[in-house]
Amino acid sequence: MNITKSIHEWLFSLMPEMTASIVEMVLIAVIYLAIFAVAGLYLVLLERKVAAWFQLRLGPNRVGYLGLLQTLADALKLVSKELTITEKADKFLYNLAPYFVIISALMALSLFPFTQEFQAFDINIGIFFLIAISSIGVIGILLAGWSSNNKFAMIGAMRSGVQTISYELSVGLSLLTMVLMTGSLQLSEIIEVQKHGWLIVQGHIPAFIAFCIFLIAGTAETNRAPFDLVEAESELGAGFHTEYSGMKFAYFFLAEFINMFIIAAIAATVFFGGYLSPFGITESIPLLGIFWFLAKTLVIIFLMMWFRWTFPRLRIDQLLILEWKYLLPLNLMNLILMAMMVLLGLTIQF
Amino acid sequence: MEKFVFYILAIIMIVAAIASVSSRKMLRSVVYLLFVLIGIAGIYFLIDYNFLAAVQLTVYAGGIIVLVIFSVLLVHHIEMELEMAKLPAKILTGLLCLVGLGIFLITIYSYDFKVVENYKSTSVADIGRGLLSYDAGGFILPFEVISVLLLAAMIGAIIIGKGDKLTKNDEIV
Repeated sequence: MNITKSIHEWLFSLMPEMTASIVEMVLIAVIYLAIFAVAGLYLVLLERKVAAWFQLRLGPNRVGYLGLLQTLADALKLVSKELTITEKADKFLYNLAPYFVIISALMALSLFPFTQEFQAFDINIGIFFLIAISSIGVIGILLAGWSSNNKFAMIGAMRSGVQTISYELSVGLSLLTMVLMTGSLQLSEIIEVQKHGWLIVQGHIPAFIAFCIFLIAGTAETNRAPFDLVEAESELGAGFHTEYSGMKFAYFFLAEFINMFIIAAIAATVFFGGYLSPFGITESIPLLGIFWFLAKTLVIIFLMMWFRWTFPRLRIDQLLILEWKYLLPLNLMNLILMAMMVLLGLTIQF
Repeated sequence: MEKFVFYILAIIMIVAAIASVSSRKMLRSVVYLLFVLIGIAGIYFLIDYNFLAAVQLTVYAGGIIVLVIFSVLLVHHIEMELEMAKLPAKILTGLLCLVGLGIFLITIYSYDFKVVENYKSTSVADIGRGLLSYDAGGFILPFEVISVLLLAAMIGAIIIGKGDKLTKNDEIV
């Protein structure tokens, strides 16, 4: 973008090259942290509003206009709270665990092209890198559960580990199905390909199946209801973060919402054309890309929240049967179907 | 710039590696090992070998370390500490490590590395073609051998995991 270009030139004219590049990196990191915090806070508010709507309540509406400052107040409360720790916890791991979760979420966020030019890290293995990063996050949850020295936290962590490892497969395979059509893992190129129609339209039947599988597996991977066995409050207290308080709890809480945003953003980028507008109606104004990207992402987030307040929770054996006996074989067949379609040129392109 | 990043990564890796073998809490060792593996991924990123770096993250950090953490969670309690080794064992290990380090250093310093001109980063497409090509420099044979090996390992794991149930079912039939 023009603004970033002028800031870039200004920085490099002001300082020697190395300091300038370091300052630039720090600036980008701060911008992404800001996006992270704002997105996290307002997704919490959105969740509460949607929940209220589904349950015929009003939801938070006292703090600020329409309750817009409610989560800000909650965040301030969490910051000011005391950080407690159990007596025989492993302090080093206990303190380390939230950072695994939050750093992996933050790194994944840097890959998304919000508009054509607003993308921090356009790596040539984009989607694969996203999958790799998301597999790190679960380590934080496992460590948190173990180091709290609490049986509920431990059971929650074990469940989370099983769940994330299983459903990672489905996420990866359903994305791989789409990669067959794009022929590239780079996110910017995936969006370039979709100028001839969004991938879910290009790939019609197998793409739609892949999207359904991705949405189910993505919901499971973020540990959200109906797959929230990790923190099943009726059985496990609060699951792996039972012993966490204050800001450390907030890290887990924020990371969970950011992970939901990431899953929705992947879906928007891979299936629905990312920042591209429908039928190219605003192609002449590239800045509007951010609007389309966020609109698509928010629709998918709304879908995930809809799941949460509609379906009852699964049992752990049902959860694993769903993945290994239904989603995985379906996914593999879908992959072959898509490969044959691409080979025979049956995709729809405008 | 690259130099600094390399040295930071190297220091993190060395410190974590030493901490990993000297820590007396099992899960902490695993986490230090995780830092070493992530550091290796960082070095792959530094030399612009993105695919291998992501594989390192998925397979080692995301796969193997998670499995190790699982097994530690199942067998280990938080208050347990590992035993200290006896002095002769310590000295022997130290000597062996020194010999190993010496061999490594001698090989690295005696080999004369060539600086590659006009380096081009490998894309995923190149790797895919390399894995599936029959021509010279193609890796189709090792690729297929590994896939057969993995299949055998998977079937073996199922047989071991099912244990009694498999033979019992046979008897009923």
